[in-house]
Amino acid sequence: MVLRLDEVSVSVETPDGDLTLLHPTTLTLSERRIALIGGNGSGKSTFARLLNGLVEPTTGRVTVDELDTVDDGAAVRRAVGFVFTDPGAQLVMPTCLEDVALSLRRSVKDRARRRREALDVLESIGLADKADVSVHALSGGQKQMLALAGVLATRPKVVVADEPTTLLDLRNTRAVADRLFSLTQQLVLVTHDLELVARCDRVLVIDDARVTFDGAPADAVAHYRASVDGAPSGPSA
Amino acid sequence: MSDVLVSTYRPGSTLLHRLPAGPKLGLLALYGVVTVVATGPWSAAGFLAFSLVLVAWVRIPWRVALRPLRPLLLVVVLVTAFQVWQKGWPTAVHVVGDLLALFVAAMVFTATTRIDAMLDAIVRGLGPFRRVGVKPEKIALAFSLMIGAIPGVMTIARETREAAKARGLERSPRALLVRMAIRTVAHAYDTGAALHARGIGDD
Repeated sequence: MVLRLDEVSVSVETPDGDLTLLHPTTLTLSERRIALIGGNGSGKSTFARLLNGLVEPTTGRVTVDELDTVDDGAAVRRAVGFVFTDPGAQLVMPTCLEDVALSLRRSVKDRARRRREALDVLESIGLADKADVSVHALSGGQKQMLALAGVLATRPKVVVADEPTTLLDLRNTRAVADRLFSLTQQLVLVTHDLELVARCDRVLVIDDARVTFDGAPADAVAHYRASVDGAPSGPSA
Repeated sequence: MSDVLVSTYRPGSTLLHRLPAGPKLGLLALYGVVTVVATGPWSAAGFLAFSLVLVAWVRIPWRVALRPLRPLLLVVVLVTAFQVWQKGWPTAVHVVGDLLALFVAAMVFTATTRIDAMLDAIVRGLGPFRRVGVKPEKIALAFSLMIGAIPGVMTIARETREAAKARGLERSPRALLVRMAIRTVAHAYDTGAALHARGIGDD
């Protein structure tokens, strides 16, 4: 699919005036694996949330294969799935099977078929044996896998994942990352994990609400490292 | 794992598991009416015993069945004390016995009914009200979110309490309540964003 940002900017009102979360940006994303990297608070999540209409542009227009994320919001959300950093907020039903089935309620009206399809999705991510287990009893990695299952059940054409491995240990990071990179769907990955960045086709570096670099993984990581090395020490905003 | 006030579905093959959600919900409502109509301590004790038989019948382990009752203990003590003071022991046993009997029966209902089936029952039951602007899918979604939110809010409460304790602020109502309120609202906002992202509620 072709994700297009046309002079898109995002700003919010604060007591101290307007705060810009993304400066005017124009670009087209059509590669299969795209990574967004940058510091905390740099604007990566805002950029990612623009792609399925969770954040609306203040100026400009975001389109997904010509569908406008504002005017055609429902259609865009059907096409673009979104995985959050913290799966805790994404899992809303008591058991694994029920949570995946919730994603299918709109498209599959027959309950027995919905249950079968939800089980198939759980099977595909290795959680079939947890179908009737409480979502609160899962490990962090299993929760993130289940959150991904809830997204995949809707059969999106693009998956946007906002730091999906940040809260996970190494084993679970690998499991979730391997599953994400095995998807047939287009993947837009926000991450701090430079190993995952190396597996992408194109990388955008975002700093201070601007896309400061757009290119191949090795060059992007070099640019990112240089920008961090040149910055004053201490935590960023 | 968080303690939960509502039990999650427990697979089984009893008649209660097989009964469709709509009639089962109707029976639960009827049970509520009957417990209110039948007064007296002996009837309340009978209802509570009946509810506990249901727990045994659908094979909910007693440890699992009793755990959700713990947070209710304070309410039970306060209601009992108030009723004894106002109306005497027989009324207190009637009120508290009925309350517990209904709570346990509701727990049996959630343990033997998949949420998916409950949502279908609610959507079907509210179907005739579409013509007056009611949106059954949205009401069913709100219902399921309410059930799903309880363990989440309890987890937030526990984490907030632990964080306050770690900073020596366990006796500060402000540190506990303000932080918990902010985190609960943030959790609700995140859940809303997640539902929005999954396209749930778009129709």
